[in-house]
Parts: sequence; structure tokens; C-alpha cells
Amino acid sequence: MHELSIAISMIDQITEESESRGGLSVEAVHLKLGIFSGVDKEALLFAYELACEGSPLAGSRLVIESIPLVIYCDACQKDRTPPSVYELSCPECGTPGQRIVTGREIEVASLEVLA
Amino acid sequence: MSTRMVEVRAKVLKQNDLLARALRERFRTEGTCVVGLVSSPGSGKTAFLEKLLAGLARDSRVAALVGDLATENDAARLRRATPNVRQITTGTVCHLDAQMVEKALESWHLDRIDFLFIENVGNLVCPSSYDLGEELRFVLLSATEGEDKPLKYPTIFNSSDVAIITKMDLAEAAEFDLAAARRNIESVRPGMQVFEVSAKTGTGMQPVFDLLHAQLARARHSQVVATL
Repeated sequence: MHELSIAISMIDQITEESESRGGLSVEAVHLKLGIFSGVDKEALLFAYELACEGSPLAGSRLVIESIPLVIYCDACQKDRTPPSVYELSCPECGTPGQRIVTGREIEVASLEVLA
Repeated sequence: MSTRMVEVRAKVLKQNDLLARALRERFRTEGTCVVGLVSSPGSGKTAFLEKLLAGLARDSRVAALVGDLATENDAARLRRATPNVRQITTGTVCHLDAQMVEKALESWHLDRIDFLFIENVGNLVCPSSYDLGEELRFVLLSATEGEDKPLKYPTIFNSSDVAIITKMDLAEAAEFDLAAARRNIESVRPGMQVFEVSAKTGTGMQPVFDLLHAQLARARHSQVVATL
């Protein structure tokens, strides 16, 4: 379970971001999480709450947007959604997809702060 | 109370990624071929690495960093092949990160090392998120684990470069379906190179040595080009 490490990295990063903007009162953190990132959504929500305790982010909410897995199909020359995370091929022509377009993100998109 | 949105768009593992990139740059400058090893616990990672180190040490300078939750046992085993082994004890942390690797390298002269192996903590989930700056990542799958591991852990297989099927000497007894394993690997990481080995008997190790020597030659070549 590395979700706790991820949560701690997030909190450090956001705290730094907040300080560089003169101290924000963060109500919610919006995170983009790829379904192929290796990070479990539920475990991260749980870890975030734990890791926030005693930090400037205590009491804030974590809002996770799941990002689907998208591969680039060299044959169709198009972005495609593979049938599943364990079948990385084009659903149209069956060509294996070697390039991942989205799905690996672990990215803080925005912060919801008190105005 | 009203709220407003502040756009951030920052990768959570940015610090790790930056450090990993700096490490990769350093490895390239020093001409060291660096290979990461990931697998589940008990897949024969240490036995495989022991064989690799012993084989390569005949004509190359080798070193290894070994991640483990608590014990020093793996490092002690590997020191039979080379004294250049350092243990990274992670405590409760289930993966290595770039900072641990950087710290463990302290005072080592990379320019005097041809091959450096980084054995991750036995885990098929967490290490996939952390780049360690290695040039190649090997993911190991033992014949005794079953052929469906790649489908259960697609992320780690996809984020690796080469798959090594270990304990092939036990394949028959375990009724291991090699064709299915290869199919499953291809499904989660199209085009991935796959090697079948037995660290115990030495079968299948030569092609891995050949791959590593070719990789080192490439590393040396780009090092020469960079200094011209």
C-alpha cells in the first residue's frame, strides 16, 4: 500500500503551493487519477484523510476524477480506448497499442479554496 | 462561505521524477548500465540476480542495491558474487524511490561500475509508480506463480521493459502454461521482450547476458558521443 506515500507527497506539494501563494485555506483538492497509475482510488481516499491529520490540510476533502486508459493506435492513427486494462489493443482493428495517451496520471488539477 | 478554484496541474510524484531524471543523466554520463528488478515476493529475484552478478563479474565491474523491508539476508547472499552490494532497508515502505537510490549510491564511483542492479522490494503494485532512473526495468514472473500474473498486475508489466520468466526448471511440475504466460504478457505490454530462465540450472541465462552486454555497449557509445 503506497497510497500513504502518495498522500504524503500530495500534502507536501499542496502545502508548498499554498505557501507560495501567500497561504490558502484549502477546502478541497481535485486530483486526476489514471486507472493505469497503479494507485487505488479508495485506498488513496482513506490514506489522504489519515495523512491530513495535523497538517495544514486537515479537514479538507479529496475529490478524485478517474482518468480512463487511452492508447494510440498506430494502424488507425487515432486515440482508442482499449477493451480493458489488461488488453492493450485497439478495439476497432486489434492492433496492439504500445503508446499510452492517458491513464497513468497522478496529478493535482486544482484546489478549491476559501475566497 | 464561498470558494474559488485555483488551478495547479502538478504531478504528485514530480520530485521523484525530477530526481530520477537526474540519476538517469548521471548514469549515462558515467557510462553505467543500470537495471531495475521488480517482482512479487518469492519469485526468485535474488537467485536470478546472484546468477547475473556472478556471470557478469567475470569480465565486468558489477554492483547492486537491494531493497528490502527489514532483513539484510539478500545483500549477504549477493555479496558472495561481489562486495559491491548495498542494502536499502525501507522499514514499512513497500517500494524504493529515487531519493533512496541516490542516498544509497553515496561515495560509490559510478565510473568504475559497468552494471548496477537495483532490486526493488518484492511487490507488484507500488514500485510501478516510482521511476528510479534505471535504463531498463526487468519484471520477473516465476513459473510457480501461474501464468495470469500479468493480467492481475498490468501496470507493473506495462511500466517494465523486459519480462523474465524464472524457475523454468519447475515449470513442468507446476503445470505452467508458457504459451498463455507469453500471451498475457503481450496483452498488457505489446512487443515486450521475454526471457525464460532457470537461475538454478543456468538455462536461458546467456541471452540475458547478451542483452545486458549490448545495452552496456550502447551506454558506452552514447557516452563517447556525448563527450565529443
